[in-house]
Amino acid sequence: MILTSSIILLISIVAGVFGALLGLGGGIIVIPMLTLFLGVNIKYAIGASIVSVIATSSGAAVTYVRDKITNLRIGMFLEIATTTGALTGAFIAGLISSKYLYIIFGLLLLYSAFTMLKKRNEELPVGVVSQPIAKKLKLESSYYDKVLKKEIKYNVTGVNKGFGMMYIAGVISGLLGIGSGIFKVMAMDLFMRLPMKVSTATSNFMIGVTAAASAGVYLVRGDIDPKIAGPVALGVLIGATLGTKIMTNMKSTTIRKIFIPVLAYISIEMLLKGLGV
Amino acid sequence: MEERKNQNEKIENMEIIISKTLRAGVLLSALIIFIGLILFFATKSSGYPANTYPTSVIAIIKGLMSLKPYAIIMTGLLVLILTPVFRVGVSIITFFQEKDYMYVYITSAVFIILILSFVLGKVE
Repeated sequence: MILTSSIILLISIVAGVFGALLGLGGGIIVIPMLTLFLGVNIKYAIGASIVSVIATSSGAAVTYVRDKITNLRIGMFLEIATTTGALTGAFIAGLISSKYLYIIFGLLLLYSAFTMLKKRNEELPVGVVSQPIAKKLKLESSYYDKVLKKEIKYNVTGVNKGFGMMYIAGVISGLLGIGSGIFKVMAMDLFMRLPMKVSTATSNFMIGVTAAASAGVYLVRGDIDPKIAGPVALGVLIGATLGTKIMTNMKSTTIRKIFIPVLAYISIEMLLKGLGV
Repeated sequence: MEERKNQNEKIENMEIIISKTLRAGVLLSALIIFIGLILFFATKSSGYPANTYPTSVIAIIKGLMSLKPYAIIMTGLLVLILTPVFRVGVSIITFFQEKDYMYVYITSAVFIILILSFVLGKVE
């Protein structure tokens, strides 16, 4: 009993580190590890992964918000799109074949993996001119980069596209139950052209809010098993705290280089699911 | 210029307030979960029949009153689940104090949708 819990704790620490680093919930580590390695029923693994998302988000946000890497305004503004999207997704579930959705979004992620690959050596976005709407919404901001040892001021573009993508990300996570963190980072990086660190930290902030909206359902349904979700929460909280320390001291290009293979992996997995392999 | 500086200071304060509330929520939930797990291992009993555990807020609170290990863990998880909701709530208040009404509306909208999905989730 104690041994199993210790293993879950260790797995979760790793999930928390990566989740905090990349702006994802850690579900891509927690779910396969629990089901394949420990033989946990998928239902409880998903319940634990929802807890993992919230733990990553809250654990990482403590540092990222304090260090002003998280852009609260962008996070809140985009959260409108994600949460309404998630609600839409819950309503239209069953009306749309998820098969095509997996294929469409698998391809979209694969495309963004290639785009990211092209700019893998770009430490900070260059030549970004703020859209008028970004100024109106006061989305531009700055943060202190510990690696570059200077204050980074950044502009924001692609607000409409980013907002639209976030809505779709919400619908997808509501429909397919997959983490929307990857879509959030992608939209902020590709469309809104934010610095990589701001994208992952802001995504981190947002995924917790989105996950909290559905966590109640999972709890009432009995999918959150305390002997699994308890150690997961503790481990992820520890991991996320470590992850934030690593992230602030890491170059954006390095974070991107870790992000690209994860992106490619998820896109291929989605494509395979869509093709029914 | 002066105004801009003031605004930056305000945002900074707000970030510190949000960060502190988060830290309190996270530490509290971790502590509760930890106590629950230790109690579970020490007593070798979850306080519930095999493979069952409380799945409603009322059942969790009832179990907590009689210090059942599983109920204590679930209480910690509940606190954790509520931290993001709390975070959004605190943001509304702080945006309001800064007189940034556009973001009071935006954040309130997020809060309402969040509550709505909690309620709709229950119906389902």
